[in-house]
Amino acid sequence: MSETALKTRPAATESETAVDVIGISKLFGSAQEIRALDDVSVAIRKNEFFTLLGPSGCGKTTLLRVIAGFEPPTMGALHLGGRDISRLAPNQRPINTVFQNYALFPHMSVANNIAFGLEMLGKPKNDIRDKVTEMLQLVRMEELRSRRTSEISGGQQQRVALARALAPQPEVLLLDEPLSALDLKLRKEMQIELKRLQSETGLTFIFVTHDQEEALTMSDRIAVMNAGKILQVGSPREIYAHPSERFVANFIGESNFLNAHLSGNRVTLEAGGGTYQAVAPEGVADGKVSVLVRPEHASARPGEAAGEELAATVETVVYSGDATTLHLRLKTEEPLKIKMPNGPEQSTAFGEGDSAAVTIAPGAVTVLKD
Amino acid sequence: MSETTLSGSKIETETVVPAASGKKAPKGYSVSTLPGFSVVAIFTFFALYAPIMILVLYSFNAGTSLAIWEGFSLRWYVQAAGNERVIDAAIRSLILAGASATIASICATMAALATTRTRRFKGRTMIYALINQPLMVPEIVTAVALLIVFAWIKVMTGYTSLLYLIAAHTAFCIPFAYLPIRARLETMDDTLEVAARDLYASPMQVFRRVTLPLMWPGIIAGFMLAFVISLDDVVITEFVKSAGQETIPTYMLGQLRRVVTPEVNAISTIILVSGAILVSLFFWVSRERR
Repeated sequence: MSETALKTRPAATESETAVDVIGISKLFGSAQEIRALDDVSVAIRKNEFFTLLGPSGCGKTTLLRVIAGFEPPTMGALHLGGRDISRLAPNQRPINTVFQNYALFPHMSVANNIAFGLEMLGKPKNDIRDKVTEMLQLVRMEELRSRRTSEISGGQQQRVALARALAPQPEVLLLDEPLSALDLKLRKEMQIELKRLQSETGLTFIFVTHDQEEALTMSDRIAVMNAGKILQVGSPREIYAHPSERFVANFIGESNFLNAHLSGNRVTLEAGGGTYQAVAPEGVADGKVSVLVRPEHASARPGEAAGEELAATVETVVYSGDATTLHLRLKTEEPLKIKMPNGPEQSTAFGEGDSAAVTIAPGAVTVLKD
Repeated sequence: MSETTLSGSKIETETVVPAASGKKAPKGYSVSTLPGFSVVAIFTFFALYAPIMILVLYSFNAGTSLAIWEGFSLRWYVQAAGNERVIDAAIRSLILAGASATIASICATMAALATTRTRRFKGRTMIYALINQPLMVPEIVTAVALLIVFAWIKVMTGYTSLLYLIAAHTAFCIPFAYLPIRARLETMDDTLEVAARDLYASPMQVFRRVTLPLMWPGIIAGFMLAFVISLDDVVITEFVKSAGQETIPTYMLGQLRRVVTPEVNAISTIILVSGAILVSLFFWVSRERR
């Protein structure tokens, strides 16, 4: 029966969408008072490395569990390749999961773990053996095939978990913070490994993480979540450079928030200086707005401001090797952080209390929804 | 070692998860330095084992006394082994313990699954308490209750057999089998079962391929505990058994009422040794499986 789920898979539709999440809500609690997911809709494309990013408790793992079939949605529908799979049990969905704690079967060898899904699908023994060998090669674990899962390291367990989830050739692979248990060096290695696996297998990966850097380096697209809602979906570049709202800007990277005035597609800062080209997000009217400027998208020189430069006073200078961060105070009393790369010579000519003239790079001003 | 170097300065490379890093006692404090520690320790072991040692010793007594040593002999073992009533009782005890421990383990396994592998439901704590009830209720109360019920059935049907004893033993063995099985299920990571579901296993396949193999040490522990408890039981057996249905404990009790000979010591020693073997076996099995 689980096999039929795979067999009836429709011939690759023209639509680019792999997983279509349509208005899904998930309520928990005895009185359904906890909204883990609040009317979430998102279309995840085929062959895409898609990341759900957000703080803990934002609903990203719940969304993953709904897609896997471990949690039935309270409302909404879930389509896979155009077919409604909302009512299917987890074993009937051609979707596999890499769990946060790997969840390897401790009573089976590495090879038997990888073979498990194929066995359950009732594949012939020879096919299973070949596939397991192929998978072991893919994750570079051939020599450990008959080991017990308790006898291998965390990084190796991680790879076995990946191989096990990939072996049945699912349409979608779900990864629930799979790198969080690894140390920094191994995590970096596995990030590259995951990207390699994704491009080699051409699968749709849905990756859950709370680590913004991980999301930025690995994803094709990112959905930033908070309080059960998706706030913004976009490429890492879009999300980083042009977050739609304050939460997204704050969650990813460092931010300066400034008060400004919007008129058409021109923005004037309250702190003075020139006007900047900026695209306002939908639903933001002309008038008083909040804008974002990333610290590395502005620069400063010592001296009094002239022309379109902003006048500021240096409060602190923080040297951090590759860059120097200036904490400035604008004439409107708004704080402004500026991060400038260090050259081989003396890093900065600024002293505390000095005047500084700030230049904001073209396109660096992003109007926020709130 | 590498773990104690400054954090961050040296990033740990892939290390095989240390299975037996061993817990270190907190520095500067150990109970064994307290005054009187060794006295208490010695007394405890003495109280636990001295009577048993004497019992074992006198099972090898050549004489008929339990108090006067008359030289080493295996005569009481030979006599016990040749005593048809002893053999009859031993066989009955083993059948009874085997049957009731098996049935109790099956019931306990299902009860443990129902109380750990279902969504939280109202009254689950009540269910725990109810399953463990025989541990709380004095055995004599259960015995009298069973005596009355079974006597009533016996009168109604005129049917007498070992089944009454098996039923009675199963009843009080269930909580003993239930405890280790439930403990095992609770420490088992239930994501494993979710993972199996994710990998196309039907609920029945999940049970057969993942849950059952992993809970097996718990079931074995539960079975052994139930077996030993059943083998040892006097009170309920005495109340429920029909005429002539002696088990080893009730036979020994009967013997003690007449003449006490080291034969009972010999039988006790055999039970003791078999019990010790069973318990060691259990520890060995559960260690291997983990």
